[in-house]
Amino acid sequence: MSEIRTLIVDDSSVMRKIVERALRQAGLDLAVVHEAGSGSEGLELLQAESVDLILSDINMPAMDGLEFLRQIRAQNLAPGVPVVMITTESSEEHVRQAIQAGAQGYIRKPFTAEQVKERVLPLVHAA
Amino acid sequence: MPLNGTRAAAIAGWRGGTNEGAGKRERTMAVSLRESVQQVSDPRNLDASVEEVFRLMLGIVCKRDAGPVTMEQESVTAVVGFGGVLSGACVFRSGAKAALRIAAQMTGMEFSGIDDTVKDGIGEICNMLAGAWKGKVPELAANCGLSVPAVITGRDYNLHVQAPEFQVHRVYRFGEEAFEVTIVCDGLQ
Repeated sequence: MSEIRTLIVDDSSVMRKIVERALRQAGLDLAVVHEAGSGSEGLELLQAESVDLILSDINMPAMDGLEFLRQIRAQNLAPGVPVVMITTESSEEHVRQAIQAGAQGYIRKPFTAEQVKERVLPLVHAA
Repeated sequence: MPLNGTRAAAIAGWRGGTNEGAGKRERTMAVSLRESVQQVSDPRNLDASVEEVFRLMLGIVCKRDAGPVTMEQESVTAVVGFGGVLSGACVFRSGAKAALRIAAQMTGMEFSGIDDTVKDGIGEICNMLAGAWKGKVPELAANCGLSVPAVITGRDYNLHVQAPEFQVHRVYRFGEEAFEVTIVCDGLQ
């Protein structure tokens, strides 16, 4: 698998590291891992950098993950790049909102590396 | 504690359509949730949430303990607020040693003291516990939001929480370490 440039957006630095570790355990060859502590920081990063995969939390202060996703689409940032939401919100309504906002995948916290592998690898392969 | 803003934001985010329609849906949901209060306050939901979070994220098996916990002088407390059809909080509290062990399991790092990374990790544990707990009841999963975690550290402090509706308090142990989790509900809409 070719090297993947990834953006992980979560207001928790610990969770960003956990997600990165899970991606590596899932077998992804991560060339670059960009981190953002907020949706607005994520948008700034996407204006400057190209990525192949985006993973984002939903519950974040100031700009939540759904608004971050809507802004990615509205500003045509990272066209065609798969976005996976990683969040504690588990209801069907939240999943529906995420898909409607443009997410291609959804992983609920707490999660295992195996679950990350199942949800993320097919998206990366398809892209 | 930013619960009021979170509560308003959670309600605003949950509502869709007209205000009248939203009001009717709220009243229907409130009757449904109040009738489910025994299910909502079932302590087994909390036990299952703790087991799931600690097993999946930390690889730690926790067991319920009869308690009470003899809290170390230095302790860490994390709070995540609930807002929406249920208002209240999830409170996680442990001594410093347990917090350091938990953070080490999460990150693979070693810690000599309670630093920002440890606090961040404990806040995330509380966040996941709150999310897992509310996910056990469908009405809550869809109609109750979470605040961002707040983490308090210090020595020689006590917690007091008023809970007009219900409170679920449990003590859990892993190895020689113990921690407490409390679900507080101060209102059902």
